[in-house]
Amino acid sequence: MDNEQLTHETRSFVAHQFDDLEQQKEAGTLGMWAFLATEILFFGGMFMAYFVYRFSYPQVFAAASQYMDVALGGVNTGVLLVSSLTMALAVHAAQEGKRKQIILFLIITMVFGTVFLVIKGVEYHHKFVEHLVPGFDFHYEGAEPGKSEIYFILYFIMTGFHALHLIIGIGVLTVIAVMTARGRFTKEYYTPVEISGLYWHFIDIVWIFLYPLLYLIHVHK
Amino acid sequence: MTGHTISRNRYFLIFAALIVLLVLTISMAYVDLGPFNIIIALTIAIIKAVLVILYFMHVRYSSRVTWVFVSAGFFWLLIMFTLTMSDIVTRFSF
Amino acid sequence: MSTSGSENHTNYLNDGYGVKSWLLTTDHKRIAILYMISITLFFMIGGFFALVIRLTLLSPNGTLVSADTYNKMFTMHGVTMIFFFLIPSIPAVLGNFLVPMMIGARDLAFPKLNLLSWYIYVLGGIFTLSAMVLGGVDTGWTFYTPLSSGYSHTNVVPTVIGVFIVGFSSILTGLNFIVTIHKMRAPGLTWFRLPLFIWAHYATSVIQVLGTPVIAVTLALVGFERITGVGIFDPNIGGDPILFQHLFWFYSHPAVYIMVLPSMGIVSEVVTCFSQRKLFGYRQMAFASMAIAVFGFLVWGHHMFVSGQSVYAGMAFSALSFLVAIPSAVKVFNWTATLYKGTIRFNTPMLYAFGFIGLFTIGGLTGIVLATLPVDVHVHDTYFVIAHFHYIMVGGAVMGYMAGLHFWWPKITGKLYPEGLAKFSALTLFVGFNLTFFPQFILGYLGMPRRYHIYPPEFQVLNVLSTAGASILGLGYIIPFFYFMWSLRKGKVAGNNPWNAKGLEWLTPSPPPTFNFDKTPVVTEEAYAYPEEDLAGG
Ligand code: HEM
Ligand SMILES: [Cu+2]
Repeated sequence: MDNEQLTHETRSFVAHQFDDLEQQKEAGTLGMWAFLATEILFFGGMFMAYFVYRFSYPQVFAAASQYMDVALGGVNTGVLLVSSLTMALAVHAAQEGKRKQIILFLIITMVFGTVFLVIKGVEYHHKFVEHLVPGFDFHYEGAEPGKSEIYFILYFIMTGFHALHLIIGIGVLTVIAVMTARGRFTKEYYTPVEISGLYWHFIDIVWIFLYPLLYLIHVHK
Repeated sequence: MTGHTISRNRYFLIFAALIVLLVLTISMAYVDLGPFNIIIALTIAIIKAVLVILYFMHVRYSSRVTWVFVSAGFFWLLIMFTLTMSDIVTRFSF
Repeated sequence: MSTSGSENHTNYLNDGYGVKSWLLTTDHKRIAILYMISITLFFMIGGFFALVIRLTLLSPNGTLVSADTYNKMFTMHGVTMIFFFLIPSIPAVLGNFLVPMMIGARDLAFPKLNLLSWYIYVLGGIFTLSAMVLGGVDTGWTFYTPLSSGYSHTNVVPTVIGVFIVGFSSILTGLNFIVTIHKMRAPGLTWFRLPLFIWAHYATSVIQVLGTPVIAVTLALVGFERITGVGIFDPNIGGDPILFQHLFWFYSHPAVYIMVLPSMGIVSEVVTCFSQRKLFGYRQMAFASMAIAVFGFLVWGHHMFVSGQSVYAGMAFSALSFLVAIPSAVKVFNWTATLYKGTIRFNTPMLYAFGFIGLFTIGGLTGIVLATLPVDVHVHDTYFVIAHFHYIMVGGAVMGYMAGLHFWWPKITGKLYPEGLAKFSALTLFVGFNLTFFPQFILGYLGMPRRYHIYPPEFQVLNVLSTAGASILGLGYIIPFFYFMWSLRKGKVAGNNPWNAKGLEWLTPSPPPTFNFDKTPVVTEEAYAYPEEDLAGG
């Protein structure tokens, strides 16, 4: 729209294959959404497996999920939600071209991401001590240890892939923060901040489903 | 597309809603509702996801193409779930 | 941008020499060439395994290789041909080269990502190749559990890692195309003015982006199960191996459309050009491509009729499979209708396009036969299935690739290939192909199972015929290899538009300049606007 008032400085942001900044921004955003569609199906394969086994072995899943730490999982959900908020605020700051604020909010986001990972690590450690890690001297007291093992495999694989995404997310935000500090973004052009935000929120959404499905199967009683 | 900015307060509001829903999902899990537990849990999760998508991810203010892409991802997921479950659910019934 | 202009004939080929200028290029045309070389290499490797298979089957008691080696041969043949040749073939080579040119763009939306996808492809290739060199794999390209996750004693892990990795190169290519087609079309180039090659690639990309992640995660689970010894597909602890098949085929049936849709796009380009006619039913063709991409995801259970899947699901999948035949049939009808009353020129690309239409029809119809649940119980896992999918993948998809290679070779290299020899080898290919695979329909129908290295003696005649055909087929691939190489040095200069074809890619010099067009073209007409009035007179 406001092509005419592109400053010389802004022009230099445009990669050679694009006609103008608008096209470049839209391409970047759309590319991230296409990637997230891929991600949905990537996690979808694991959720599929989850639903198949939860449907086939409801009692086993209910019993095995008793070993989850509902409180830690709940805290972690809150932690990720906060990080999503601060991520959104970072993008908001980018829209207003407030460089310092962007960096500040990115750092807070990464800190909360790290807190999540630490808590996750504590949980993993508990499972390890309790011999509930499949493949590592797995020993389950309750009924149907085999089928319960499937529950724990799913738990570790799904949360593991989620954690991996989070680690990558922290890496990405680090790069974005450095780029921000070097003045690579302006009010007119901050697409990289925005689309790494999309990625971060996606990770949050995955966890929004993982928490009730893995932790909250059978806490009543 | 660049144009629309959401006010900061809106973000805090959404965040508050998400936290409320989180508390709700935990407390509902402590009530035994039989098969409805999972339905409620999933419904709340879907609402939370939709809030994140619409507001934190700005889809509410994005172009039609973005809507299509987001929907496509979930639609394909639905295809996978439905057809696979059609096997699992009927496999051992005669 | 491209002020380098064409007066001094700067083009993408002479714009920098040196290895570095190729390995670090972000030019979609150069990346296309990198892909072309790599997939040709894998085609040769896959071809070698095929040779061993066919030679073994010359005699009923399988004297050439042992049963174990035979298992490895057909596995590695399938893995190379499907994941490392056919899936990347048209999209990564011709699509890469042509998508930006056909829509009047300087490059794809994400040139660096494009280069990255090639490196990912190479990395995946290295894993899979090393699995082969270290002793091979024997699970079949389908990696069914629990054979792959537990019982096989071969290099499953590096192979599935390789396939996992190469999947991401496919995803990135698809993602790049989707964004490019959405955002980088030249002024005036509306969706319904796009060449069908572009529609076909759009549809293909949708499948790549939405299907590939599922096989990636599934193979990751298999690899994980194999490494740790525990996994969710393990029947010993209550796991469900059929779940693996669901996840596998959720991708792998749509994947067959990744292979064939781009070929369909090529056929639309070639048929219109060499009959100088508008395409009959353009919009239907565009919608048919998209319909195939969607319906393709609804039918995967037809691979699992006898797996232990619920018969109710089987019935649903059988019925849904018939649905996907409709858009495919629409395409065949419309190509035929396009030819009607056209002035047809029988150049090599056209011969291949004819080959595609005929052989794809046979392959598609036998697909319907197989998708009929009760019939499949009889012919499942026989040579009938082998013949079916080779009719589609080799008779269809590879023929389409050959058509495209010949059609755009002058554009890519600036040189003409020798027409006479090319026609001869197209015919050779066609004859060799049918001789190889038609007997397999009969063999399968009579009950010869696939994946065995021995068979009852009464099947020998047909097997010998098939092997004889395969050697003719092989010749049909070798001849083009040599005349293409020859044409690089000695071929006649092609000029911008040797076929008198429509489409933006023909407006620019051959080989194209680095940024494709000196000036962004403006489109004012629909695709395939061939001047039909001239012929309508008679
Ligand atoms: C369009 C391109 C197509 C390609 C590239 C293709 C490819 C293949 C391949 C590779 C297989 C064998 C898989 C294996 O077991 O290793 C196969 C089997 C099968 N195809 Fe196709 N196919 C195509 C179209 C169709 C269509 C249109 C239908 C039916 C509507 C169909 C129905 C089947 C069925 C039912 C089987 C399983 C047969 C069995 O294992 O018993 N195919 N196809
Ligand atoms: Cu199929």
